[in-house]
Amino acid sequence: MKPSIILVAATRLLVVLLLLFSVFMLWRGHNEPGGGFIGGLIGATGFILYAIACGADATREALRVRPEFIAMGGLATSLIAGLISAPFGDAFLTGQWLFFGGSEGEKGFPISTVLLFDIGVYAVVMGSALSIVFALEDEVE
Amino acid sequence: MSWLLILPILIPFCTAIPAFFAGGNAQLSARISLAGSAIGLVAALVLFCQVHDQGVIAGQMSGWAAPFGITLVADMLSAIMVVITAITGLAVAIYALGEIDDNQSELGYHALFQILLAGVTGAFLTGDLFNLYVWFEVMLIASFGLLIMGGRAEQIDGAVKYVALNLVSTILFVSGVGLLYGETGTLNMADLSRAVAEHPDQGMMVLISLLFMIAFGVKSAVFPLFFWLPASYHTPSFAVSAVFAGLLTKVGVYALIRSFTLIFTSDPGITHTILLWVAGFTMVTGVLGAAAQSDFRKVLSFHIISQIGYMVLGLALMTPLALVGSVFYLVHHIIVKANLFLIAGISEKLTGGSNLYKIGGLYGAAPLLAALFLIPAFSLAGFPPLSGFWAKYILVKASLDTQAWLIAGTALVVGLFTIFSMTKIWAEAFWKEHPDEITPEPPMDGTALWPRYAAVIFLALLTVAIGLVPQPFLELAETASAQLLDPSAYIAAVLGEPVEAAQ
Repeated sequence: MKPSIILVAATRLLVVLLLLFSVFMLWRGHNEPGGGFIGGLIGATGFILYAIACGADATREALRVRPEFIAMGGLATSLIAGLISAPFGDAFLTGQWLFFGGSEGEKGFPISTVLLFDIGVYAVVMGSALSIVFALEDEVE
Repeated sequence: MSWLLILPILIPFCTAIPAFFAGGNAQLSARISLAGSAIGLVAALVLFCQVHDQGVIAGQMSGWAAPFGITLVADMLSAIMVVITAITGLAVAIYALGEIDDNQSELGYHALFQILLAGVTGAFLTGDLFNLYVWFEVMLIASFGLLIMGGRAEQIDGAVKYVALNLVSTILFVSGVGLLYGETGTLNMADLSRAVAEHPDQGMMVLISLLFMIAFGVKSAVFPLFFWLPASYHTPSFAVSAVFAGLLTKVGVYALIRSFTLIFTSDPGITHTILLWVAGFTMVTGVLGAAAQSDFRKVLSFHIISQIGYMVLGLALMTPLALVGSVFYLVHHIIVKANLFLIAGISEKLTGGSNLYKIGGLYGAAPLLAALFLIPAFSLAGFPPLSGFWAKYILVKASLDTQAWLIAGTALVVGLFTIFSMTKIWAEAFWKEHPDEITPEPPMDGTALWPRYAAVIFLALLTVAIGLVPQPFLELAETASAQLLDPSAYIAAVLGEPVEAAQ
């Protein structure tokens, strides 16, 4: 079945928006509703839409890496984020913070393992959702 | 303390990553998985020793105090289950050395296997109801990946039934979690124990508890919610189905035991009566279903269901002795059932099939396998002096003590029918001649059989050991049962109140 031209044209715009929105959700999730899980799902939605419009093979090419690699890479990232607390004597997953340029009364630019963990979750969710979708897509074809 | 609790979960996760990236090299990947499982067993044993010496231990992940953060708790039951999970994981990792081919390895078999182990261990250790849900999801995703690996039509068919019915269970579970949180404002199990008992609307609590009962009932495959199990367990590779058979349904039973001893205990007249009927019907339907099957693994799958009935029976009676029986039965059954599935794998390799009517002649060709089959088979049926005898004996005695004559009789009759099915497998696969008049022999494709035999012998030895020296295992089960019936130590360990004050 040839995909509709409207769908293909709209997909090009929507994929960009969905991916941007997914990153926004990941970022927003730090203090407000959102986070890596929902962000990863939205990001996966973008690629799933692309797969519906242009086929699984084109999507694999656009993704450049196998989705399983994204998922396992994300798992590794999250594990590292959790393990960083070990040398500091804290419990697993305790957030560790680094404030760049911080001084008296000025917080500076914060970097934390919490964000690293969330980025890992983002990749795990996106990678595993996409690998399931690709597997089912191959089955249909 | 908290690192001790998280390590049995972390080690399989950390093993999964190198095992996945080494997936192209099947031998390397399998060895990474094996090494990870061995280290995991050490971590589980260390945790077990701590719990044995110090009683219940709890830890707060990421440093948020209970009941707000994620709590991991290990009481005796959790510790026993973590150790037995690690033992099964190690045996199956050994077995996988001889079964998993390059293709499955590249698709990520070993990584998914380790993630599954992490999910099971996490479910046993968590002290938070929503966290339990997350571990169920981890198990579901990993087991779905393992089920469809290979992509044969019957595998997809089994996997779809498995996932569809498990998703129903998930939805009920999460609805129950939502309702419970709305009513009590907490999901920490220790905190819930107090909050549910003090809640003014006990009818609502019973209603919510029934949602959980159905959700966990699907997971543990009790009557009438077991249909996904025999539809899917005979399709994946044997190493996979052994883990499923040994561990997955037991997580459901564990969740039932945990929630109906710690959280929902206010109205046992309703909840535990339902459980008692469920237990009886589960035993009977499972064993009758098995009698009608002709596939090696399908017979065994129906027997899982029937045996689940025994474990639920112990919970339903809710006496100290009955819970001892449940815990003992859990441990015994995980070892025995995983072993039987592994033996089915060797038999399929030697005879080229798993339909009992189309294979045969194993007794002459592989006497060692025949002897090894008898150990778990007789243990399953409850022959002394094997582990299954003690497990059944305790449960029947507990039923008689509470004058539940009917259920005690059912348990005994079901045991008799179990012998019938085991005899059928023995007669068809081992005793009779191969219908094609060929002698089963090791395959010519060069796959080594020794890893498979090593795993089977390892588990068989454990069964014999538990059977011959049941006393130390009974004492552990008694400790676990006492902690389940009096959760004050559990609650004190989590919420940090001094034990004296809680008593």
